[in-house]
Amino acid sequence: MKLGTVRRMTGLLHWMARLGAKSIDFFHEAGGISILFARTVYTMSTTRLRWSQCVDQMNRIGVTSLPLVFLTAIFTGMVLALQSAYQLRYLQAVQFTADLVALSITRELGPVLTAMVVAGRVGAGITAELGTMKVTEQIDALQSLATDPVRYLVVPRFVASFFMLFVLTIYADFIGMLGGYLVGVFKLDISSSQYIARTFDALVLKDIYTGLIKAFVFGIVIGLVGCYFGFKTEGGAEGVGRATTLSVVTALVLIISFDCLCTALFYFMF
Amino acid sequence: MIQIVDLHKSFGIKPVLQGVNLEIRKGETLVIIGRSGCGKSVLLKHIIGLLHPDSGKILINQVNTLALRGEALNQFRLKISMVFQGAALFDSLTVMENVGFLLYEHSELTRAEISKRVREKLRMVGLHGVENLMPSELSGGMKKRVGIARALCSEPSILLYDEPTTGLDPIMADAINTLINRFHAKLDVTSIVVTHDMTSAYKIADRIAMLYDGKIIALGTPDDIRNTLDPVVKQFITGEAVGPITDRERKFAVDEYNNLGDI
Repeated sequence: MKLGTVRRMTGLLHWMARLGAKSIDFFHEAGGISILFARTVYTMSTTRLRWSQCVDQMNRIGVTSLPLVFLTAIFTGMVLALQSAYQLRYLQAVQFTADLVALSITRELGPVLTAMVVAGRVGAGITAELGTMKVTEQIDALQSLATDPVRYLVVPRFVASFFMLFVLTIYADFIGMLGGYLVGVFKLDISSSQYIARTFDALVLKDIYTGLIKAFVFGIVIGLVGCYFGFKTEGGAEGVGRATTLSVVTALVLIISFDCLCTALFYFMF
Repeated sequence: MIQIVDLHKSFGIKPVLQGVNLEIRKGETLVIIGRSGCGKSVLLKHIIGLLHPDSGKILINQVNTLALRGEALNQFRLKISMVFQGAALFDSLTVMENVGFLLYEHSELTRAEISKRVREKLRMVGLHGVENLMPSELSGGMKKRVGIARALCSEPSILLYDEPTTGLDPIMADAINTLINRFHAKLDVTSIVVTHDMTSAYKIADRIAMLYDGKIIALGTPDDIRNTLDPVVKQFITGEAVGPITDRERKFAVDEYNNLGDI
């Protein structure tokens, strides 16, 4: 066999080996996250919920995220109104800006952008906190003190993330539409009453609840992925940094993937 | 009281424990010595059930602890406590909440009773007035002592110490050794101490075991170990830079390098 052919075949084999290794890693992580999800749900259903910890986490995940969600939502609403008006003015249909903003925000941008900023802010925080606990043996200490880390650490964060994403998405929907309203009324010369009326006309209940169902799914993703990579952390400060990056990237990819999946499901179901 | 039977554990392709057999008598202080990374802490974590072996058994009072699950495992862990190398105090809790953690979680005691018990345990390790401090406000020696107080709080019958004197100045290290001796005399606990600090080992041990190459290669009283003729044990306890341990490690490194060349 010629040397060039051997080299090409070796290269192909190496490439296939790498692809195989990556595939195994992918299924390993997916399996790990699924097992953690099952254990979390099982623990929630068999043990008493620690409400004080849940409320504390809700404060850390939800309340402290309000300013960031506010800024993201209001600017997105304003930009959306401006970009829509830029196109609609050619059709003499600037008043439809309200419809576009309301639908885009409630169905898509409200839940997705909220989930993304919360994943970046809170998901990273959860992984860094649990990862530091792992590398400093605090999770081992917790187990040695006859306490299940899933019950003590994961469940409160999971519950808080699940409910707070829902609440933050409602907040983002409202603030996003407010951003659109400000641009519509003060820049595009749509009257206040007309803008509000068009917003209410455009929205049906389905638009709101499909967006909110997504919020619940994203809440599960952020809480679980943050905890999973925290528990998997190894190797000191560098390991915590690596786990945090991996956690945020995985959460963002999963949010976009589940968004696509949910949108497709809702399209065919409703 | 504690029997470790043919314990094997590997991490990936790296074997760490390769057939550990050890018996720890009730009420004694057994010190396990060995090089850093030889598997001493791994062995301790097996005893308390934080790690599961690939094969082998651990019997505590004739009960196979590796078979315990769920509530039975929790009940077992209430009788056995571990002092971690870096103390492993919970960063987000105060000293009071750290030391009384097990009581808050698993007892019916009132807050006042827990507070009393915590203060008593802190006094036992020579600390007072630190109850409301956070772990980040404590020095290394204080953290170790809080860690010991937390382990004592459940009034265990078995205490495991993972390198209790590492990273401490000699005076603080000796204070910790004195504490371990005092608990041994006063509380009638069985203690297993992992360390590579020979001063500490001689001071606290009833018996010393040496872990090397995944196995217990020597077991005896401090005097037996001090007067050993085994060249491996001798190199370790005297801290010589040249000897059979380092020769073997050098040979391994060369073999590994040669194997890399083959690939």
